[in-house]
Amino acid sequence: MQLKDKHKQYWQQNLRLTGVLLAIWFVVTFVVGWFARDLQSVTFLGFPLSFYMSAQGALLIYVALVGYYAYRMDKLDREYEVHERDQ
Amino acid sequence: MAAPGQSRFVSQLKRYYALYTGGFIGFVVLLSILEQMGVPNKMLGYIFLGVTVLLYAGIGILSRTSDVAEYYVAGRRVPAFFNGMAVGADWMSAASFIGLAGTLYLSGYDGLAFVLGWTGGFVLVALLLAPYLRKFGQYTIPDFLGARYGGNIPRTIGVFAAILCSFTYVIAQIYGVGLITSRFTGLDFGTGVFVGLGSILVCSFLGGMRAVTWTQVAQYVILILAYMIPVIWLSVKHTGNPIPQVAYGYVLEKVTAREQVLNDPSTPEGAREAEVRSIFRQREKTVRDHLKALDAEGERYLASEKARLVKTVADLQARRDTDPKVLEAANRAVADFPADVATARRTWRREAEADREKSGPVMAHAEPFAGPDEATRDNKRKNFMALVLCLMVGTAALPHILMRFYTTTSVREARHSVFWSLFFISLLYLTAPALAVLAKYDVYTLLVGSSFSELPSWVSAWASVDKTLMNVTDINHDGIVQLAEITIGGDLIVLATPEIAGLPYVITALVAAGGLASALSTADGLMLTISNSLSHDVYYKMIDPKAPTGRRLFIAKALLLGVAVFAAYITSLKPGHILFLVGAAFSLAASAFFPALALGIFWKRANKTGAVLGMLGGLFTCMLYMYITYPFFGVNAPLWWDIDPISGGIFGILVGFVGVIAGSLLTAAPGKDLQNLVDQVRYPSLDGDSKL
Repeated sequence: MQLKDKHKQYWQQNLRLTGVLLAIWFVVTFVVGWFARDLQSVTFLGFPLSFYMSAQGALLIYVALVGYYAYRMDKLDREYEVHERDQ
Repeated sequence: MAAPGQSRFVSQLKRYYALYTGGFIGFVVLLSILEQMGVPNKMLGYIFLGVTVLLYAGIGILSRTSDVAEYYVAGRRVPAFFNGMAVGADWMSAASFIGLAGTLYLSGYDGLAFVLGWTGGFVLVALLLAPYLRKFGQYTIPDFLGARYGGNIPRTIGVFAAILCSFTYVIAQIYGVGLITSRFTGLDFGTGVFVGLGSILVCSFLGGMRAVTWTQVAQYVILILAYMIPVIWLSVKHTGNPIPQVAYGYVLEKVTAREQVLNDPSTPEGAREAEVRSIFRQREKTVRDHLKALDAEGERYLASEKARLVKTVADLQARRDTDPKVLEAANRAVADFPADVATARRTWRREAEADREKSGPVMAHAEPFAGPDEATRDNKRKNFMALVLCLMVGTAALPHILMRFYTTTSVREARHSVFWSLFFISLLYLTAPALAVLAKYDVYTLLVGSSFSELPSWVSAWASVDKTLMNVTDINHDGIVQLAEITIGGDLIVLATPEIAGLPYVITALVAAGGLASALSTADGLMLTISNSLSHDVYYKMIDPKAPTGRRLFIAKALLLGVAVFAAYITSLKPGHILFLVGAAFSLAASAFFPALALGIFWKRANKTGAVLGMLGGLFTCMLYMYITYPFFGVNAPLWWDIDPISGGIFGILVGFVGVIAGSLLTAAPGKDLQNLVDQVRYPSLDGDSKL
């Protein structure tokens, strides 16, 4: 079947959202991790910041990323009328 | 399925599981009353493990089915919230439940690679795979590879890789089942394995994915309660705050302060630690001297040393006033003396290494990549990153997890269900670092500095189980416990926390039941993956596509039984190295599946040649690297860029991507029908959808 422009836009929007969320995922995991030794002296809620990020902060951000993606894609599906109708 | 039917189903499920959770808590309360009435601990252990295993079998019997869609994908009507719990139990294995907090206790910050890797991977699952696989909507992961790339070759490679990594992983789980049943019921290891296996089989044998799903939800409830209760108790005890995840920052500060005191020889405690460490340094030197002499003289040195020990025993026996304990020790030294040069070298090297570890200062728990010099620190950082990447990509490639997203009602539900999965998984992973710090605080303050004459009872109880798990020896004969005199095995931390905190025995039994639930649920999912790959992908899709449903299910169940017995047999040989087995499964899955799956969805140009090249290349690279570098295989080739064998996947993933891209670009683009399939997978609903 032939895709309409609307469909292509939907996919572009999806790719952009996926890209942005993956970039945040990368920074939180690998950039923060790489500089962990430099972040030791900063304290957050009584923890050294580097320890806090790897033990809790990153996890909370992951949950938020996945939750936001589900929420945003629901809206996008409806906006571009590609949502599942029998729900 | 019509919407009102599904919503009635959901509310029914919520009611059942609320009742079940309440009933389980009531059961724990009832047992604690029995404990107060004087029922012996061993009995409580039996009742606890027996009732939970019967419960899982019961759910399996209630969910028995002979419908293909029910057997393979639970009828595709599992609500997001419950699929989240099932993924949680499927995901969290014995390594997470028992091993993780211990790893964090022993290696501090560097152990957090597992916490990051085992949670962050779900971001990749959510963004790159789950919704698209759900839209594709078949039964297994090789199904997707077969349909997307066309032909039986990608499917066959997929089947091989799925079986390889699931089998590696399932052995680690069955090992965990055997360990727990044997430790808490007194059965021997082999019997423990088969008892645990029986309950796995009843469940998946009768009801396939449907039974496994509803059992896993039940197992999640037990495992998360079992993990949280002791930690909350400890947290209230130390900080007065019932939320350990918030409170342990304060305890971590105190642990750090203790580390500094113990490392400072100008304080009385630090001085005693230094004294013990210097004894260990001396011991290490002695052992290294033995090793040097062994290298120089070989067999002759071994014989002369043995003769010397035998003479000591004879001398002692000749004297009348010999202390019987001294004589016994001398006799043991003769009995334990290594029989040949190879054994001697191995034993002494291990001894020297153990002594060296004990002679260093206390490691700082919160310090990332600690090391004496810049090169060591950089190396640790590099390996930390590599391990995190392998675990994350492996998470997004293990077939037993991905296949769970086929069971939701829609693409929308699949996205939401990844959210719930990560939410339920994070509850445990946020708690494990807290548990490690709280347990460490107890050991550093209660055990260190106490007198050898009044050691708490859990110390001797665990020491009698296994010396590598718990061992306290008065090295400098001052009658007081120093930190360097304590040996704690990682697997002890979770299992012994209730005793360390002085909780009733019921809680210990609860933790054992939780550990068993985690191992059983993961093993269930893995065995189903293996037998489904064989029955659906190999038998139905490749050998006999016209097979009637009855025969397909019969084959599936027969294979399941075969796989289970074979896995139990391999496990009973005790291949050991649990953490390596688990890590290897992740690296293998990441190398074989991830590039072909992700590019199959996001790059229309990817074709069959690319997929075959990428999957085989990735898998081969990863297997080769592990084979040549992991000491167990005995090749001991030099490491590539100092990357540990467990992270061999990092090379496999790279080769996999290069293979898919190069192979695809060098050959013709995939046909129109395959490109249409990609479009259909990308949109939750599209005119011309042929499926669903």
